[in-house]
Amino acid sequence: MKLTVRYFAVLRERAGVESEVVAWDGPAPDVARLREHLAAREPVLGGLLRSGSLLVAVNREYAAPGTPLRDGDEVAFLPPVSGG
Amino acid sequence: MRDERADGRARVQAEPFDAGAELARLTAGSRRIGGVALFVGLVRDFSQGHAVEKILFEHFPGMTGAKLAELREAAIGRFGLVDLLVVHRCGELAPGDQIVLIAAAAEHRAAAFAACSWCIDELKRTVPIWKKEHAPDGAVWLEAHP
Repeated sequence: MKLTVRYFAVLRERAGVESEVVAWDGPAPDVARLREHLAAREPVLGGLLRSGSLLVAVNREYAAPGTPLRDGDEVAFLPPVSGG
Repeated sequence: MRDERADGRARVQAEPFDAGAELARLTAGSRRIGGVALFVGLVRDFSQGHAVEKILFEHFPGMTGAKLAELREAAIGRFGLVDLLVVHRCGELAPGDQIVLIAAAAEHRAAAFAACSWCIDELKRTVPIWKKEHAPDGAVWLEAHP
C-alpha cells in the first residue's frame, strides 16, 4: 500500500520535503507504527516524531496512535500548534 | 489564497482584515444581538525578552478552514451565540500587524465575553497553525504560546 506523508513547520524544514509517498509492504500499519518506522528511518526526525506533543492528522482529521491506515491515506505529522 | 467555510465566517487569509467592516457584516442580518465581544491579536515587537522582527505563520491548507469552522460551530453551541466570526492570517507578518480576529455576537454580554475568551484558547490548542519568530540573532519555531 502507498501512503502520502506530509510534514509541517519545524518537521518540514528538518525533513527537507513537504511530503513523500511511503510504500508499505506487509500488514497495514496504524499511526504509531508508521511514526516509529519514519523515526527510525530518519534519525534527524526521530526526536520530533517521537515527541509526546506531536499531533497526527489522517485525511485531515486528528487521529490517535491506534488509528488504522489504509491504502491512499494522507498522514500529516504536525508539531505542537502555535496559532493566535 | 483563501480557505473559507460557513459563508466566510471561519477563514484563513493572507490579507489584512477590517474589524469594523467585519463587525458590520456580522451584525447586519440580526436584531437579536445585544452585544459583540471582539478579540484582535497583534504581532508584538518583543517576546520573552528579545526583539521580534517578523513572524511567519504557516498553516495546513484544507484542514485549517475546517478546524476554524468546527471551532465556530462549537462556540455557537456552547455559549448559545447568535453568530461568531473567526479570521486568522497566514504568511509573513510584522510587529503591529493583525494576526487574528474573533467576534462573538450574543443576546447578552456575558456569553459574548466568555465565548471570545474560550475561542482564542481553543484556537491556540487545536487549529493547525504554526509560527516561526524571526529575531535579530535567528529564527525559531514556537511551541504553544501562553
